Amino acid sequence: MPVKGQIASGPLLAVRDLTKLFGSFAACNTINLHIEPGEIHALLGENGAGKSTLVKMLFGVLAPTAGEISWMGDNVRITSPGDARKLGIAMVFQHFSLFEALTVAENIALSMDRSISLARVAEEAARLSRLYGLPLDPSAHVADLSVGERQRIEIVRALLQNPQLIILDEPTSVLTPQEADRLFETLLKLKAEGRSVLYISHRLEEVQRICDRATVLRHGKVTGACDPRAETPASLARMMVGNDVAVVTPEGTSTKGDVQLEARGLSVAARTPFAVSLKNVSLKVRAGEVLAIAGVAGNGQSELFDALSGEYPVTDDNAVQIRQRPVGAKNINARRLMGAGFVPEERHGHAAVSSLSLSDNLVLARNQSDKRAFLGGGFLKIIRQGAVKAAAKRISEAMDVRKSGEDPPAGSLSGGNLQKFIVGRELDRQPAVLVVNQPTWGVDAGAASRIRQALVDLAKAGSAVLVISQDLDEIFEVATEIAVISEGRLSDPYPARELSREKIGLLMGGMHGKMEGAGAAHAH
Amino acid sequence: MRIELEKRPKVSALYSILSPFIAFALTIVFGGIMFALLGKNPVAALYSFFVEPLSEVWSLHELAIKAAPLILIGVGLSVCFRSNNWNIGAEGQFIMGAIAGSIFPVVFYEWQSPLMLPLMLLLGMVGGALFAAIPAFLKAHMNTNEILTSLMLVYVAQLFLDWLVRGPWRNPQGMNFPETRSFGVDAILPEMLASGRTHWGFAFAILAALAVWFMMRYTLRGFEITVLGQSERAGRFAGFSSRKMIWFSMLFSGALAGLAGISEVSGAIQQLRPVISPGYGFTAIIVAFLGRLNPLGIIAAGLVLALTYLGGEAAQLSIGVSDKVTRVFQGLLLFFVLSCDTLIHYRIRLVRERFAALKTDEAH
Repeated sequence: MPVKGQIASGPLLAVRDLTKLFGSFAACNTINLHIEPGEIHALLGENGAGKSTLVKMLFGVLAPTAGEISWMGDNVRITSPGDARKLGIAMVFQHFSLFEALTVAENIALSMDRSISLARVAEEAARLSRLYGLPLDPSAHVADLSVGERQRIEIVRALLQNPQLIILDEPTSVLTPQEADRLFETLLKLKAEGRSVLYISHRLEEVQRICDRATVLRHGKVTGACDPRAETPASLARMMVGNDVAVVTPEGTSTKGDVQLEARGLSVAARTPFAVSLKNVSLKVRAGEVLAIAGVAGNGQSELFDALSGEYPVTDDNAVQIRQRPVGAKNINARRLMGAGFVPEERHGHAAVSSLSLSDNLVLARNQSDKRAFLGGGFLKIIRQGAVKAAAKRISEAMDVRKSGEDPPAGSLSGGNLQKFIVGRELDRQPAVLVVNQPTWGVDAGAASRIRQALVDLAKAGSAVLVISQDLDEIFEVATEIAVISEGRLSDPYPARELSREKIGLLMGGMHGKMEGAGAAHAH
Repeated sequence: MRIELEKRPKVSALYSILSPFIAFALTIVFGGIMFALLGKNPVAALYSFFVEPLSEVWSLHELAIKAAPLILIGVGLSVCFRSNNWNIGAEGQFIMGAIAGSIFPVVFYEWQSPLMLPLMLLLGMVGGALFAAIPAFLKAHMNTNEILTSLMLVYVAQLFLDWLVRGPWRNPQGMNFPETRSFGVDAILPEMLASGRTHWGFAFAILAALAVWFMMRYTLRGFEITVLGQSERAGRFAGFSSRKMIWFSMLFSGALAGLAGISEVSGAIQQLRPVISPGYGFTAIIVAFLGRLNPLGIIAAGLVLALTYLGGEAAQLSIGVSDKVTRVFQGLLLFFVLSCDTLIHYRIRLVRERFAALKTDEAH
């Protein structure tokens, strides 16, 4: 497929002072970026760094608040994905939009702006897939295909538009290493034809392997533009997670108690195509300790939480131990009865039911652990509304939960106040073990500091606390020990005071076992 | 231009309560229009449809007889629907309950004992529950859509009953009519009141409604049903099992449908025939929604829908329209209930197609 005639010199796409505000929050703050014809350009950054927002503006999904975009030297306004496609920008999303019951060719035909006969679509798709080394059977049903094959459909779909710029959002996060190698070959072919690729990733190794240039984002700002091959993983990581090698004042008690929560070689297969499998995860949390697990979202955090909480028990009873008793195969309430408490990441529809009152949401988490206090009437198990409401009031007061009315529905509370209630619901029991996933995600600063303080206090009082978080500031604030999760593998724990942000960044980028040789450019 | 439903930020509490009444009023208005189009005086027709059946003692008893199965089934379905399990096959469970409960009076007709009736009722519940166990098993273990399986099983039950009464269970002294022996005295559900035909099935219905109301309002089991219906994930966090809930809700609603079936056969028909239900199992779905899935509301809704059956019969006699009018009214009512509920939660927005122009010029 020949590339449309283009201007010989000058960048293909240039972005000047592009800004996107959500309220007063700047998701992207005066971003400058340019992509040359025929280059693979990496966009690096942590979660929440502004990568997705930037890309959505380039693809016409979000409108910029300020700044300009120029395409082959002309200023353009991209107001819809249709506009973007017309210019020659195609995008392959991280999560695919495919109909499982339809064939490959049918799925491709559905996305076409023009109507073309199915036979021609199949022919064209087959031709492209041969040309770019993306083996694909147009008549196969999507339901029967692996995730890697599904991604190929998306790429072929994008190539059919004959784009000059292809944006790939975390393309390897769902691929096996072999599939990823194939993808890289395809990308190099595209590059050889003079097309450009914007490659979003947080994996340093990949970026160094295939990208010509990189733009690094942090907190919505460009913190670096470089040739990744000229950098070390350490210097890239520093740009990604910040320069400040923060040394933490450890808050935990000096005397550490017994191991209260333990995982021994915990392995869990992925339940869905987008889930991550856990690979031989081992960890120990002692009384008085806060172990924080850092990592970029989607690297197995929620799977780890599910296995530790017992929402999805595992077959090996010994793989998870609470207070030195095996619980791997036991359900969540059995674990609660042994003194554990859990705070999931998602507030609505997981930690709480939005339409139910706060007191009902208290029963949600504590219907077995507090059945003496909350249930009566023998086998009828009548809920003692009086006792439950009193406990809900106690929790609200202890955590300073601001609410309208005595016992409002959970959905009427702000994120921060609901999260304070959800955390308070567990703290109220004085659990010996507390597992928290993203304790302050989407929570205002006041509530966040209150919650973090409560976690530290709980550990001081002699409980074992495990915090899973993407927020490094938070981790350094609460943790006594830090481990990093990446692609379902957990690193060894390091005392928080010995660990720099740079090292964490390396571990998050998948540089397993390369901690000491931080200067080495190539891992694996 | 396209139409979009946009979620309202806040649901009006007032309209949530008023919704079934608005739906009923709209049904009356559109029913009147339908009668006018049929060339009848709408006021007189509506009067004979909705008011006349309430004016005499015997017809009030008929109302209770028809309301009994509707309430019993509707109450069971409310548990199902609230837990997000969609049992559409109560009609089949009603029939299978009636068949299972009739084993003793039909096969062992010579046996006479005061134990006969309790045994029949018990077997009726077991029969309904076992038939509901099929879609429950398929959903819990094979991830099959229970709407389809439970609905399709209705036709299996109907044909099975038809085969039984024409074949092995046909009354040998019945001059080849497709029906079973008439039940003996011990096998007949007695009348509740001296004034008319209302049998104890109506009492079962009211008791079931009160019991389920208590369960939903006060007990942990009711809480579990509500939570799992709202969010499976939150239910899992609470330690509730959605798989067990599939079993519980399907078996429970099946048992109540089966009880309704055997009560109807034992109390009102007193033998098995090829057709024993004018679609109670389907109408009960309307009853459950009109009653807002609240057992007490379902009692009222059951009486309203029972009235449409009586009204249909009355209108056939007094104004000479087809008794299919009953179905029309039931359909209108369900349509308006669901529309009102939708409009309470969503508002309609017209969206002008922004890229229409762009698309057409790309087509060339």
